[in-house]
Amino acid sequence: MRLYAAVALSGFRRFATYRVATAAGVFTNTVFGFILAYTYVALWDARPGLGGYDRSQALTYVWVGQALLMTTAMMGGGFQDELIERIRTGDVAIDLYRPADLQLWWLATDLGRAAFHLLGRGVVPLLIGSLAFDLALPAGPLTWLLFLVSVALGVVVSFALRYLVVLSAFWLLDGAGVSQIAGLASMFFSGALLPLTLFPGWLGELARALPWAALQQIPADVFLGRHTGTGLLRVFAFQAGWALALLAAGRALQSVATRKVVVQGG
Amino acid sequence: MWVRSTMAYRASFLMTALGNFATTGLDFATILLMFSHVTTLGGFSLPEVAFLYGTTSTAFGLADLTMGSMDRLGRRVRDGTLDTLLLRPVPVLAQVAADRFALRRLGRITQGSLVLGWSLSRLDIDWTVLKVLMMPMMLLSGGAIFGAVFVAGAAFQFWAGDASEVQNSFTYGGNTLLQYPPSIFAKDLVRGVTFIVPLAFVNWLPALRILGRDDPLALPGWLDFASPLVAVACCAVAGLAWRTGLRSYRSTGS
Repeated sequence: MRLYAAVALSGFRRFATYRVATAAGVFTNTVFGFILAYTYVALWDARPGLGGYDRSQALTYVWVGQALLMTTAMMGGGFQDELIERIRTGDVAIDLYRPADLQLWWLATDLGRAAFHLLGRGVVPLLIGSLAFDLALPAGPLTWLLFLVSVALGVVVSFALRYLVVLSAFWLLDGAGVSQIAGLASMFFSGALLPLTLFPGWLGELARALPWAALQQIPADVFLGRHTGTGLLRVFAFQAGWALALLAAGRALQSVATRKVVVQGG
Repeated sequence: MWVRSTMAYRASFLMTALGNFATTGLDFATILLMFSHVTTLGGFSLPEVAFLYGTTSTAFGLADLTMGSMDRLGRRVRDGTLDTLLLRPVPVLAQVAADRFALRRLGRITQGSLVLGWSLSRLDIDWTVLKVLMMPMMLLSGGAIFGAVFVAGAAFQFWAGDASEVQNSFTYGGNTLLQYPPSIFAKDLVRGVTFIVPLAFVNWLPALRILGRDDPLALPGWLDFASPLVAVACCAVAGLAWRTGLRSYRSTGS
């Protein structure tokens, strides 16, 4: 356990090294936050109460989304490219010799990365957004805490999904195509572009049942205090359920993949 | 060379081109979802927003196809591979632009022009010779303005080294901004993208003239035709920034 904590810390430190890049990222998140916020204002002016949000809740949704964009790596990224490259070059064989679990190792680095991105690229845009617009921020510290739990679960779901994408490289060698399609699905079905409650009919029901809903829709709703009591337990169970199911799937696929590596190695 | 190398993996090329097509289409899918709840956004109908979307996406696609590799400059400055380019007897700008030239970016232009075509079939525009001439003028000068932003952003990397994301907010962010009617944004923001970073000349001003709409800043009408001039001025400024940046470049080793 201490090993993985150290790995997570090094993941945090690694991203904390790039100060200029972080400042540039904060700038970009803020610009996109403003653009999105204005389109939401126009949309909610035309249809007040759309999707069950009032105007300030919709704006809060935008800025929480910007804070979570890098944290849950909705557009992809994080450990993905590095591990795909290690699989392509065969360096992954060295990783498999190590006395640490491959999946847990990368999960730890990704949690460290997510923690840094939440602090480094999440806090400032949310702060600027709350100064520029009238946001519905949580009143009590408990909601903030529940939000953090929901974000952590969302990061694990995101990791588990991206891990599956990475493992596909054992068969395809080049992960670019799959990564791109996975990023696409993630942006659309996480609610990063538009809240999933606005998706019409069966598309909305499907989107809300898929694992990507755990990335932005659920943490944002927890932040807005839309889930309480048993409802809250239900969304946490939804997130944790998908996290466990996807991690298990990753584990199963990994054992098939590593057997393949052994065969190739002769 | 890069075209040939991409074509070596035909299936992969098709997949990424299709992926590019779908990625850019996601923006329009969002707009369609918005319009499933409302009939107008900021006073603009769906075909009108599609017209704005199509014009900026096509112009941005042209710039992205030719200059989209410019954001790799920061990495080259950091790892020192820029030095290789300095030794070759070809302008550095041309080399950086051609670096990993990605034909898959055709996906964005295709998607943008399809939406533009659809919007034109739905809009009831009172066409005059002038308005017809404005169409190619708008797309080409728009592409040039976005291209200038790409180059200026790359020039900024000579100093910042690690800040390609700032460039993204002006290129990709600007493209997203111009997909929506100017009427929904705060006046100061519209002023900023008209007078400071003149993105409004990519499509807002000429497109509002073609659609027969007033611009929210009530600017003099002749500005609607100023896009080519603005494009030339932008390219000049970007070129100057690039030269200054390149001159001040010190390789990582020294």
